[in-house]
Amino acid sequence: MSETTEQLSTFQAELRAWLEENCPQEMRDGRNDETTICWGGKNWNFTSDAQRTWLQRCVTKGYTVPTWPVEYGGAGLSRDEEKVFHAEMARINARYPLQSFGIWMLGPALLHFGTHEQKLHYLPPIARGEVRWCQGYSEPGAGSDLANVQTKCEDKGDHWLVNGQKIWTSYADKADWIFALVRTDKDAPKHKGISFVLINMETEGVSTRPIKLISGVSPFCETFFDDVKFPKEQVVGTVNRGWDVAKYLLTHEREMISAAGGSMGTGRPLGAVIADCETGETDPVLRGDAMRAEVDTLAVELTLERYKDQAEAGGSVGDASAMLKYMGTELNKRRLELLMAAGGSDALEWDDGRAPNWLRTKANSIEGGTSEVMLSILSKRVLGLPG
Amino acid sequence: MLADAARGFLDEAAPVSHLRRLRDEGQTEDKALWKAMADMGWAGILVPENAGGSDMGHAAACVLATEMGKTLASSPFISTAVIAATALRQVADERANAALAQIASGDVTYALAVDENAKFNPEATQLRGDREGNGFRLNGSKGFVVDGGDADRLLVLARTGEALTLFDLPADREGISREAKSMIDSRDAATVSFADVEATGEDVLGQVDQAMTVLKPAIEAGQAALAAEMAGVAAGAFGMTVEYLKERKQFGVPIGAFQALQHRAAHLWCECEVTASAILNAGRKLDEDPENARLAVSLAKARATDTVQLAVQEGVQMHGGIGMTDAFDMGFYMKRARVGAEWLGDYGYHANIVAQARGF
Repeated sequence: MSETTEQLSTFQAELRAWLEENCPQEMRDGRNDETTICWGGKNWNFTSDAQRTWLQRCVTKGYTVPTWPVEYGGAGLSRDEEKVFHAEMARINARYPLQSFGIWMLGPALLHFGTHEQKLHYLPPIARGEVRWCQGYSEPGAGSDLANVQTKCEDKGDHWLVNGQKIWTSYADKADWIFALVRTDKDAPKHKGISFVLINMETEGVSTRPIKLISGVSPFCETFFDDVKFPKEQVVGTVNRGWDVAKYLLTHEREMISAAGGSMGTGRPLGAVIADCETGETDPVLRGDAMRAEVDTLAVELTLERYKDQAEAGGSVGDASAMLKYMGTELNKRRLELLMAAGGSDALEWDDGRAPNWLRTKANSIEGGTSEVMLSILSKRVLGLPG
Repeated sequence: MLADAARGFLDEAAPVSHLRRLRDEGQTEDKALWKAMADMGWAGILVPENAGGSDMGHAAACVLATEMGKTLASSPFISTAVIAATALRQVADERANAALAQIASGDVTYALAVDENAKFNPEATQLRGDREGNGFRLNGSKGFVVDGGDADRLLVLARTGEALTLFDLPADREGISREAKSMIDSRDAATVSFADVEATGEDVLGQVDQAMTVLKPAIEAGQAALAAEMAGVAAGAFGMTVEYLKERKQFGVPIGAFQALQHRAAHLWCECEVTASAILNAGRKLDEDPENARLAVSLAKARATDTVQLAVQEGVQMHGGIGMTDAFDMGFYMKRARVGAEWLGDYGYHANIVAQARGF
């Protein structure tokens, strides 16, 4: 469905006025990094009253998940309206009111594979920022070879019983629920015996342990399941067909990671950031590298938009999303290397704040499938190369 | 769709073997081919319908240029149908409309004579256009005049005092001498000398001392179309390379089964996809908001320049020894890519414009 230009500009005017009136000044600094994100959840401590107010106001309009249907807590925006929404948010440098794995990943999976009851049950709390989800995909022996999941999930008649270990579960120690891939049929071929399940983190037998990273922080955890029981209905899609859900989600995750890193899309031009950092004359080599990164950034952004338009028009992006993930994350690493170089010795101090972001980007080309896995997907499924 | 129709025609009428034949015969133009393109509305793609054109816009011109790039079709499309037509449209007086009609019919071809040094820099023009009586006297020289050896008319940028003026002259005007150069891409480019060439006010395109009013949109249109052609050259080289990876066997398996080559091919495909977005964006911007297309055009040209050079280098490397032979087509792609990289501004020229537009 597409609106007339008139409808769009009415929407834009109303949105602009609403944002002007409702977005607190403190939420207009354009920051969407690890320290300023509002993740929500039962145990969330708002970093400021403004953050709480901003979330609450957006929830009433469905703006935490603008494209979700209204009955599930969204604003039901079309693709064109969504573009306007992001442009207007960027215009006043607004922070996102809420970010979460529920919004990015579980939501799209449930919208596609969930039953109506599941959608009504799980989506609105995500939209309201009341329940925080984490993702249980990787295992010690299932990294790039994700389908090799070994976490055992047995049908005990009136409930499921899970035993096993997940790794790289982001913020598992802070999450209320986990969506996870588990093996429900150990005899089937490895892609055919996996199910996509939903487990409350407060369930007896679930425990987590943070992993400290090179950036000094611990966004990731190990998550253990020891004789964890959970209800039969907490499976998304068909039992043993969880790989379909996982694949669908990975597409979303790739697009998300490629667009993440804050600076792309709505961020300031790299050069402006570099110019700010500089003391004295511009280093021509740095400027040259920044020029190249800026050219590539703009073109990757255009590609992201083009693919979104394509998906909106009904064309499947499918495996080509691996391209967005690969190009976006590699580019983000380059950009952060340049920002560190522009910062010189100032950027080497932890208190400066740049280093954690720089180090964080190194994970972008590993999580959600490494760059090498993306290239293999493209070469086999898009280019049709053998092997 | 336009692209499919164009591909069908070009595969038949202007495959790489056509360029090869022209080269082997010492020719740089095929008048019949250009006439056939004109009959399909390609020469008039930017000419208004009332002047006999198809007036399909810049995005469509970029689609055609991309298809031409894929087969290395040799024609004065960018010089005539894109650059000259865009320049003449800025003027749109009776004489300009007559010229546009001649472009659309395929009867008259143009070349843009701007460069004087080895790098694109219109503002540095030195060719003198001294005022004399009611007219001008042109003295100086232009190099790398693409399509200038065969063109019927020349758009000549001249320094008139402090400012610049654009002249639209017949190539056989007295005092003009052309020296066709033997170019690496086997296409037409010439050095054009001007010795006391007389020009009247009638020969000025647009206003005296205001060349850029007419020339800026024309150059931007040309840069976008050239970027599109380069994206097509990249796609052509890439397509050959992927096919070869599937066919060629070494150590008992297709070489495309080796991960080292798979990943390089996949990376190249990614670069081509990203560049395609920049090309689409430039064509759209030129159609919808031409006053503000500068960034979009330079982004497209920078990206296309980068991508096509990677594509032809990977093309030769992945083909191995056969890629180095003249009998194989890859070399034609590599040489055209090199020319396209330089014409109308190289990577650094356009990346610098992008950087300035983005505030650094």
